[in-house]
Amino acid sequence: MKKFKEIKSIAAYIDRKNIDTDAIIPKQYLKAVTREGFGEALFDDWRYLEPGNLGDNHALRKKNPEFFLHDPKNEGAQILIAGDNFGCGSSREHAVWALMDYGFNVVISSSFADIFYNNCFKNGLLPIVLNDSNMDKLISNVNKKNNIYMISLENQLIKCDDLEIKFKIDNRRKEVLIKGIDDISETLKLSDKIKEYENIKAVKTPWMFNG
Amino acid sequence: MKKTLYDKLWDEHHIYSYDNGYSLIYINKHLIHEVTSPQAFEGLKQAGRSIWRKKSVMAVPDHNVPTTLREAGIKDPISKIQVDALNKNCKTNDLLKFDLEDIRQGIVHVVGPEQGIILPGMTVVCGDSHTSTHGALAALAFGIGTSEVEHVLATQCLLQKKSLNMNIKVNGKMPEYFYSKDLALLIISQIGTAGGTGYAIEYTGNAIRDLSMEARMTLCNMTIEAGATTGLVAVDEKTISYVENKPYSPKGENFSSAKKYWENLTSDNDALYDKIIDIDISESSPMITWGTSPEMAVGIDGKLPSLDDERFSSKRQDLLNAFSYMGLKEKQSVNSIELDKIFIGSCTNSRIEDLRIVADIVKNKKIANNIKSAIIVPGSGLVKEKAENEGLDKIFTKSGFEWRSPGCSMCLGMNDDKLNEYERCASTSNRNFEGRQGRLGRTHLVSPATAAAAAIHGHFVDVRDM
Ligand code: SF4
Repeated sequence: MKKFKEIKSIAAYIDRKNIDTDAIIPKQYLKAVTREGFGEALFDDWRYLEPGNLGDNHALRKKNPEFFLHDPKNEGAQILIAGDNFGCGSSREHAVWALMDYGFNVVISSSFADIFYNNCFKNGLLPIVLNDSNMDKLISNVNKKNNIYMISLENQLIKCDDLEIKFKIDNRRKEVLIKGIDDISETLKLSDKIKEYENIKAVKTPWMFNG
Repeated sequence: MKKTLYDKLWDEHHIYSYDNGYSLIYINKHLIHEVTSPQAFEGLKQAGRSIWRKKSVMAVPDHNVPTTLREAGIKDPISKIQVDALNKNCKTNDLLKFDLEDIRQGIVHVVGPEQGIILPGMTVVCGDSHTSTHGALAALAFGIGTSEVEHVLATQCLLQKKSLNMNIKVNGKMPEYFYSKDLALLIISQIGTAGGTGYAIEYTGNAIRDLSMEARMTLCNMTIEAGATTGLVAVDEKTISYVENKPYSPKGENFSSAKKYWENLTSDNDALYDKIIDIDISESSPMITWGTSPEMAVGIDGKLPSLDDERFSSKRQDLLNAFSYMGLKEKQSVNSIELDKIFIGSCTNSRIEDLRIVADIVKNKKIANNIKSAIIVPGSGLVKEKAENEGLDKIFTKSGFEWRSPGCSMCLGMNDDKLNEYERCASTSNRNFEGRQGRLGRTHLVSPATAAAAAIHGHFVDVRDM
């Protein structure tokens, strides 16, 4: 996984709560067998005025001009700000792949659904949780003018002119992103312990190993 | 220390604690379907890794599969690629898989318990959020993303942080025509779709003990819609007699010793929970969702919320969005809502008991003329067979329902079964998100009984009045 570096970017804000993973990437795109190319279908139902499908040339589809991603001021944003309970619903990791493929590296919300939150760290997407008052501060700043935000995971800081917001993140998650750690290799270092566990349990509760 | 059921399951599968609050947890059973697995197998191959314990895997295609004309195979070439990829991955790696032609094929969360592949006390994962279903068997079960699917394939373990414990105590007698689906919607409407985030929810109380195993599965299935990845019900006699004599469950002496183990899978008296919620259901009405989130639910005899209602002051915009998407107005009474389609199926409500309830209601009645299509999709080939042996299929088709082959079908509309724009559906599935059943389609989540009653009337009705 690639390492998470400091981000300098404008931020795009979508004023909506409970954005579910079906909305982030609709089901017809889940038929793909690779991880790439989902960015053009990010928020597909909201973003285009006509239905789309896997394999379409999305450039030819009619865009919804009112959708926030089509607002010129949001062009090139690497930071997405959204309402409460972002990423709820289906476990599809495609949602994270779509956000990243589009170009987002950070998502900020007052809360995230558990599975989505987990999936972010497997792919190098930084989800930042802010309390309501910091959310309000940030959103009013975004609404005022097209600012560039600096996001440092190292210092757990969002900065823009005078605005400075610290955020919390647990150490392990932080390390995973900063070092680009591959969880599988880490776990395999404990292979002996896993085997030992299996040997004991296979005797004690053999039925747990049915199949 | 007194332990909750969740604590016990956690401790039993705990292998190692990292000093940052994470633990390595052993996974007994890994369920796999065609949509969230191909990238995991690909990742594994690229890294040159092999599967840690092949016997831990059970695979079945369900999301993409057609529910009509099975013999003809999968027409949609893109869906076919995905199902073929699953076939290939299972074949190369020698994994247990129930093919499309196999009578045991069906929705992954219906098949697992039905086969006795899921047993109490196991840890169970699947690249699918409704894995919470299996908590009904007192298994620690939760959905994971594709990277984690790869992680489990490669290591048989997951890195997890322990959740907090929540106890939802449900007391009172289940009213007539109020089912566990209604209970799930009632709970979600009270605690919200993020109410369970960070928690493992255990359902306790006499109303839960009264529920059948299948009804418990419905409730645990919907737990994810309350934000909790895990829902649990403690073991009792019903659990044990459910798993007895299933194809993959232990037999003879093995069964007796397993039974002893299982009987301990309950929370200790006075175990501590981080949060307790008390619900009395004696006076509850069958539930229906009116909006685009499972928490937007009311009793069938109720009305849509008012925009002036102070309880919704912070959610006013959400209400407006939902009203507009659903084509409904504030304060409208729900039983006036007319429907276009009826869908009975999904891992929430496609088991034999669900189908019996539907048959009871529609027997000798015809579906209303305004209903364009009403489909019943059994959860597995074995459910289908059982229903046919009981003559339920005849009752359904005589009433005007279509009787289909098993799969996820219109729960998410990845195959041909979907809503067209602005079509309105009474659905026994679990998600009413925008576009879930088809672009601009409008979904109302209900129990099988309420869906059946709506099919007959062409609009929602209080099934208690029928
Ligand atoms: S029936 Fe619906 S919710 Fe259940 S596994 Fe299939 S798509 Fe997911």
